[in-house]
Amino acid sequence: MDPALFRGLTQRRLPRRELLRSAGLGAGLLGFSALLGACGIAGSASREGSDVNWDSFWAQQRKTGVLNFANWPLYIDTEHGRSQSLALFTKATGIKVNYEAVIQNNEPFYATIEPQLAAGESTGYDLAVFTNGWNLTQLIDSNFLVELDHSKLPNFQRYASDLVRNPNYDPGNKHSVTWQTGFTGIAYNTKYIDREITSFDDLADPAFSGHVGMMNDNVELGCAALLHMGVNPEVSTPKDWQESTKWLKKQRRLVSGYYDQSYIQHLENGDTWITQAWSGDVFQANQSGYPHLKFVVPKEGQIVWHDNMVILRGAQNPVSALEWMNFYYTPKIAGIVENWVNYVCPVPEAQRYIMDVLKDPTVANSPLVFPSASIDAVSHGYYVYKDYDEYQQWNDTYNPIIES
Amino acid sequence: MSLVTRQPERTRRSPWLAVFYWLVIVVTSVPIFVMVLYSFNNAPTSRITFAWNGFTTYWYRNLGQVNGLTHAFIVSIEVAVISSLISVVIGTPLAMALGRYKFWGMGSITAIVFADIAAPAIVVGAASLSFFLSINLNTGLLTILIAHVAFNVAYVVVVVRARLSGMDQSIEDAARDLGANPLVTFYRVTLPLLWPGLLAAFLLAFAMSIDDYVITSFIAGSTVTFPLFVYGAAKVGLPPQVLCFGTLIFVVGLLLAFGNGFLNRRHLVQRADTEDSLTH
Amino acid sequence: MTTIQARIAKEPGSLRRWVSRHSPPYWLSLVGVGWMVLFFLIPLISGLIVSLETGNPVKGYTLTWNWHIYSQIFVHSDIPYTTFFIRSLIYGGSATILCILIAYPMAYYIAFRVSPRWKNSLLLLVLISFFISFVIRTDMWAFVLADQGIVVTTLRHLHLVSANFHILGTAGAVIGGDVYNNLAFMVLPIYVALERIDVRILEAARDLYANSRQTFLKTVLPLSRAGIFAGVLLVFISTVGDPVNSALLGGANTYTIGQAIQDAYLNNQQFNVAAALSTMLMLMLGVIMFIYARIFGTENIENLV
Repeated sequence: MDPALFRGLTQRRLPRRELLRSAGLGAGLLGFSALLGACGIAGSASREGSDVNWDSFWAQQRKTGVLNFANWPLYIDTEHGRSQSLALFTKATGIKVNYEAVIQNNEPFYATIEPQLAAGESTGYDLAVFTNGWNLTQLIDSNFLVELDHSKLPNFQRYASDLVRNPNYDPGNKHSVTWQTGFTGIAYNTKYIDREITSFDDLADPAFSGHVGMMNDNVELGCAALLHMGVNPEVSTPKDWQESTKWLKKQRRLVSGYYDQSYIQHLENGDTWITQAWSGDVFQANQSGYPHLKFVVPKEGQIVWHDNMVILRGAQNPVSALEWMNFYYTPKIAGIVENWVNYVCPVPEAQRYIMDVLKDPTVANSPLVFPSASIDAVSHGYYVYKDYDEYQQWNDTYNPIIES
Repeated sequence: MSLVTRQPERTRRSPWLAVFYWLVIVVTSVPIFVMVLYSFNNAPTSRITFAWNGFTTYWYRNLGQVNGLTHAFIVSIEVAVISSLISVVIGTPLAMALGRYKFWGMGSITAIVFADIAAPAIVVGAASLSFFLSINLNTGLLTILIAHVAFNVAYVVVVVRARLSGMDQSIEDAARDLGANPLVTFYRVTLPLLWPGLLAAFLLAFAMSIDDYVITSFIAGSTVTFPLFVYGAAKVGLPPQVLCFGTLIFVVGLLLAFGNGFLNRRHLVQRADTEDSLTH
Repeated sequence: MTTIQARIAKEPGSLRRWVSRHSPPYWLSLVGVGWMVLFFLIPLISGLIVSLETGNPVKGYTLTWNWHIYSQIFVHSDIPYTTFFIRSLIYGGSATILCILIAYPMAYYIAFRVSPRWKNSLLLLVLISFFISFVIRTDMWAFVLADQGIVVTTLRHLHLVSANFHILGTAGAVIGGDVYNNLAFMVLPIYVALERIDVRILEAARDLYANSRQTFLKTVLPLSRAGIFAGVLLVFISTVGDPVNSALLGGANTYTIGQAIQDAYLNNQQFNVAAALSTMLMLMLGVIMFIYARIFGTENIENLV
């Protein structure tokens, strides 16, 4: 910062007459910009691409030596800046991987690649990871994804857990295979709360006033309210959504914040004592100096979600992407990744690999990473929006709770 | 130009002003102190923690370990250098026009420059995104550069113009009277006198660019700059390496500031000498 | 115009001379001004245009001159945008006032009580927090002020506050962050103004009033008004729109207009709503600053529009 700057700012300068001229200039610019605006902003549906014959598409593709992989931060095994799983892939296939942890969240990442997709250009990424939700639905509906050739994914057929097969948001895994799964339940800090936490009602306990964390992801927020009401979000109706806000509004005065991924930090720091939480974060926190945090499945049920690998239209290296998907779905590779990432593994047999080869019983035996089969009964997925209007209706229902 | 021009009054003073000043300085230094300290904390995980686990230089030795951080840092440096250079190159002539001529439209230009500095970042960021969407330009490195130059030009103009107004115009006039054409006058007379100002303008633009989060967040596309990375990482807990990078930027910035101050001082001494020889 | 033409008509060849005498400033300004017009001014106006478009991110947005959006946002919205505007103004206003109260004594101290050779160093110290990244320094405050952080735990150990006490997530934390991040923008202009005051005026004033408080109120304060004015302008504008302090230091009830604009644009992709909010913010700040300049700026109105 330069003091000369402030000296410059405090100098006398603009005669009043010039102001009027500036106003004239402004009017001219307005006209010019109106011309610009006349074209409007293209939407994601402006490109039609539903008529692609995917069999011939795949038949035309040739193997390349590169894979451009966009993922979320801290979402792959990392040892001194290198990923062993990616190194093994390169060694096995000769494909060099440009791995970029550029996805901070679904919406902003979608917003950044959407213009290229709509223009039919390459985004620079072959493989990206999206959570099931509106953006993934939008990608599928707008024909922005390459349909997968399952004949090249034998490992998925063989090893994938039932939890990730044929999901409601992408029937038959036509466009996506799961990278990691997570559960959304409740976490609390046993240092501050010495009673058993069992239910969403505990998030509305006045004893925790000012120390309750909720998620600012309106899907998670809404689903918690729906579960609390006894409604499965997958089959809920707009009427249920409206009804469920009553509880959220009532509970709001106890809430210290509606947090993004930072909720886990707030829980660790003691800013919050009890919060909506993702299973993987709590497991990681337990391993890294916060053993007194506890994850519980509320008796009303929990949410299960999936982060999914998809191949973007315009990808330069679709064969590499498909090959990586297949390579990942093995006990060894999924195990190496899982041992570091600690969400829910899509390959159940990786448990034995982690136990026997990597010798990490903490991960292998954790029900948060390798849940028992009975978890299915208490787990529910997100609602799948039919179109933008429904999505907007969900937003209009739940955003006023968060943004207030 | 130095700000030092006047002797203080020598009367007895209560110490409260000094105490207040130093108190505020201490408080504003807290985040710096914490940043430097915790960049040496032997944290058990790859995220910063409250507990002090002993001294280590591990994070400095493993700066490149965090996926994406180093790349983001390099992108930020590139953007800052390129945008500052462009800003100085196109801002300096503008400052000369405003500082050395009187012309129709000057007031409007000054108003635009001031508006550019005063406009809230959030509005500039949002408006730039509107613009890029409207003209169908994909956001990315290019749009970051365009926007950074757009706000940096104004800073360059103000700094260079302030230096120009502190410069004696008679030397330039003399050169012109001796028959030098304007271009020669500029290269042989104005530029050498002006260059500390240009350096200051460049450094200010560099600092503004490398620190910008709000505007960049709108128009970055899938490009990640250092502030964007830090903001994203802050949500899940900063890796200690972020603090290392912060500490390094801090040290380099401090050195540059002292260097610039030193240059100015020397410049000032020279000037004082010439003035002395002129008056005596 | 006519005089010029007349003169040109009289002396052949003078047009070229006239052009060459008057064109340099225009050539010199061309690129710089062009860049600012194209990438700063026009975007501001295209923000207004986008706000008048209708549509959704799937079908795209088309310009329909939908002025209705402004009443939708402020009157018929489930999301209380009006509250966010008012809240942001309160935060920005409080932060600005606090900045003046803290910055003035500091600037005064550097300008009048310090040996000249130390002045630049003391100014540099005011700027010291600018040497670390904006996002890092704000997040470091979040780290320091957290419930398990050093400040709150110390206060609790000293039994100065109850177990329920917290700083993070409150309006105070957000305003504090705003003050911290903008203090230098207040200190420097005030310092520059103070430093311009001729010491002889102060001596004369002391002879007249004999009382240091009156000297201050009747001479120093009025003479430094331009500095306060510039500082207020910079600090108020930047704090009202800031999304970072409220996001990193705030909580459930500190949502500001800056965050709303960011969320509407980047998360909800409601381009028209986001553009309307940002245009509204710009207009509002413009009007407030204009009124402020009218009331307090007097001779400086023209200087600092």
